[in-house]
Amino acid sequence: MSKKNPEYDFKWCPGCGDFGVRRALEFAMIDRLEETGLPMENNVVVAGIGCSGNLVHLLEGDQPYGMHGIHGRSLPIALGVKMARPELNVVVVAGDGDFLSIGGEHIGPQAARNLNITAVIMDNGVYGLTKGQSSPTTKLGVITSSTPYGKIESQINPLELYLTLGVSYIASGFSGQPRPLSRLIKQGMEHPGFSIVHVQSPCTTYNDTFEELKGNPRKGIEPTLWEVPDDHDPSSKAAAYDVIQRGGLPVGVVYNDESRPALEQRVEQMWDTARARSAEELMASFEF
Amino acid sequence: MQMRDFVVRFAGEGGQGVVTSAEGLAQSSTQVGYHALTFATFPSQILGGPTWTQARISVDPVQAPGDDVDVLVAFNREAYDNHYAEVREDGVVIFNSTEFDLEGDSRAFGLPVEELARSTGNNRAANMVIMGALAHLVNMPHEYLEEFVERRFSRGREGDDEIIRSNLQALRLGREHIALSGFNLGELAPSKMPEYQQLMIKGNEALSLGAIAGGLDFYVGYPISPATPILLYMERNLIGKDRFAYQVSSEIESITAILGAGYAGKRAMTATAGPGVSLMSEGLGLSWVAEIPLVVVDVQRGGPATGLPTKTEQSDLMSCMFPAHGDVRVPVIAVGTVEECFYGAVKAIEWAEKYQGPVILMSEMALAERAQNIPKPDLSKVKPAQRWVYEGNNGYQRYAGYELSPMPLPGGPGAYVANGSEHDDIGDTTHLPERHIQMTQRRFGKIKLLEEEYYEREGAEHSVAILPWGGSKGPAQEAYDILKRQGAPVSWYYTMYLNPLPPKLLEELKQKDLVIVPELNYQGQFSSILRAAGVKAESITQYTGLPFKARTLVERISEMTNFRLTEAVGV
Repeated sequence: MSKKNPEYDFKWCPGCGDFGVRRALEFAMIDRLEETGLPMENNVVVAGIGCSGNLVHLLEGDQPYGMHGIHGRSLPIALGVKMARPELNVVVVAGDGDFLSIGGEHIGPQAARNLNITAVIMDNGVYGLTKGQSSPTTKLGVITSSTPYGKIESQINPLELYLTLGVSYIASGFSGQPRPLSRLIKQGMEHPGFSIVHVQSPCTTYNDTFEELKGNPRKGIEPTLWEVPDDHDPSSKAAAYDVIQRGGLPVGVVYNDESRPALEQRVEQMWDTARARSAEELMASFEF
Repeated sequence: MQMRDFVVRFAGEGGQGVVTSAEGLAQSSTQVGYHALTFATFPSQILGGPTWTQARISVDPVQAPGDDVDVLVAFNREAYDNHYAEVREDGVVIFNSTEFDLEGDSRAFGLPVEELARSTGNNRAANMVIMGALAHLVNMPHEYLEEFVERRFSRGREGDDEIIRSNLQALRLGREHIALSGFNLGELAPSKMPEYQQLMIKGNEALSLGAIAGGLDFYVGYPISPATPILLYMERNLIGKDRFAYQVSSEIESITAILGAGYAGKRAMTATAGPGVSLMSEGLGLSWVAEIPLVVVDVQRGGPATGLPTKTEQSDLMSCMFPAHGDVRVPVIAVGTVEECFYGAVKAIEWAEKYQGPVILMSEMALAERAQNIPKPDLSKVKPAQRWVYEGNNGYQRYAGYELSPMPLPGGPGAYVANGSEHDDIGDTTHLPERHIQMTQRRFGKIKLLEEEYYEREGAEHSVAILPWGGSKGPAQEAYDILKRQGAPVSWYYTMYLNPLPPKLLEELKQKDLVIVPELNYQGQFSSILRAAGVKAESITQYTGLPFKARTLVERISEMTNFRLTEAVGV
């Protein structure tokens, strides 16, 4: 139950990474609104299905618009919202299962279109809401409820996938650092094209990777997270590829190509040659 | 013998001008005051393949392709072999003798189409050679086609005169040549140009126009026969400021993109065929549950699966009315004529806004590709659909109560979550029993807002009724007219509103002893739905990929009603 709505019967587990992502998204939206002077209602949050998608109901303070649709289809819903109303700030919130498994087919087309929206992906390497099945980012060999003898597929590397598909802004973040994460998200919102902020957001119940990510000196565990250095050139695809190949989980902007026009700009360019005709005008061509 | 109509079938190889000839004949006939419609089937391939199109030319308005072929124009041997059996006994076969030779068919006459065209100095006048021959066969006055040629090619360009001269010569050559055969079909009654302004238009084009007139401002689609022409039409004519048309990457993207657009305030539509409807299932459920206006057009073809992509069928009614899992019954409009393609689309956009949910507009292959003259719709009577927009403050309860409520628009006040999970007043997820009861009743209750008054009705005193739906309306209307002339005690009912049915119509139908439903599917889908509503309905089914013949319907209706036909039925 939430404070604003006593009927709402969903809640994240204590310590869930998604709390931090929610905070980061709130920061990013508020900071952006302060800069632009636009109301919170200018934001539309399109949510996938799963623990992460429930974020849309758990936002605190002024409420943005939201759509909690169907599993895997947050991207094409966002396509509809954005192309209907390009002046809106459209954000997708989804998990690794929703975005990369059932919804995987939609990433490539949005990248090719350079759809001007921001996808915030909460990657916990597991299906949480259905209680612990393996996901595309679950590691090879890991035993989950749906892989009783260990996972037999390779773990995919989402950042590499995004880069290959031509996503024009790719950032990698960590839910345990809401402030820095909010800056990555806000930069994604300002990016004129398709931006994905892929966040490590551990599941404390089924796949608790906090220690692995942050490390634990007392136990001699080295952190897998590492900061993308300041001298990284995110406009270079080759440099981005190096960052992704370095292993571990980079935190920062991996790739940022601002040279391509966004879909709505390309559509606007078409208006010079294309012309929306009235029904009256169109009908005249069939008269005899 | 005076004729009121005749049917010419053009058959040949794709690319031989089969379609152009039929449409040309239809067009030229309408321009001199006849009524005309074409019926096309295509091979499901890009180049070549056997194909045929027929044109029915009539003194009176007609809505069906015609039962019999009066004239077959065979462009090659295979076309002759495939179609000669359908030419009526005293009909005529014109075969292209430049292409092949034919002996032993007393109805056949060879016309060296290409040679004759070449002799006029204009190879492209081949159509006019055929047209001249056809006009002769039905004793159509020369001036009709000559006027047509002069009007068509007087374009104010240099060379018009030469083109007109060669085409007139082609007409004459065709006429003179066929005269050698001694064949004659009779005399087509003189035409009478209607006093109203007309359009010559195909079903898919009329549907696209209707949607635009109805206020459509967002269209996406994915190529699929026979709905693709709607996508192409929108991409050519809808793109502009505040209006959007776009090809997406699948039917799943189509439905979800128009969900997003509908939510964001647009009058949004997509068009597809059966396979696409299957893929849109989940999205249609979301539209129903989250109360988001949108229109899905299903231009039906033969199914299931890939089925018969270029043939006609009416077998998607169940999947359109009940497209999704869960408690869903989507409003359905099924158009039955090219003219209704226009008005059905206007109505579909209106309905979606009126009750805030999905509407399915059903068309079918035979209508989609049919070119026909229709009265020009009066746009002053068509009002673009308007959304009921929320204009209050934040903190709005979008889903409170059992009634339709105004929709907030993103960017404006009243932010809420449009939720596909069962939800409470503000759109947050809840699974409380009382909420599911309330929201389910709310969703079904809203359908009442779409109940229409109007339906077609004739001879209502009879206890047996004919009630076709969709494109079977045309042949059923012809069958009904024949039966009526013969004194059969049957009544006629028709509506394009299949869900909800006009309530008064349903009341009337319930009083009947038998309601006969001609429909192109195996199971009798509409009669099943009617029986569930308490109507004693029985179907006449056909599943050949082709439309009904009026004659078939006359015979079967007579059997079902024990009505003895007094004479051989001719149409």
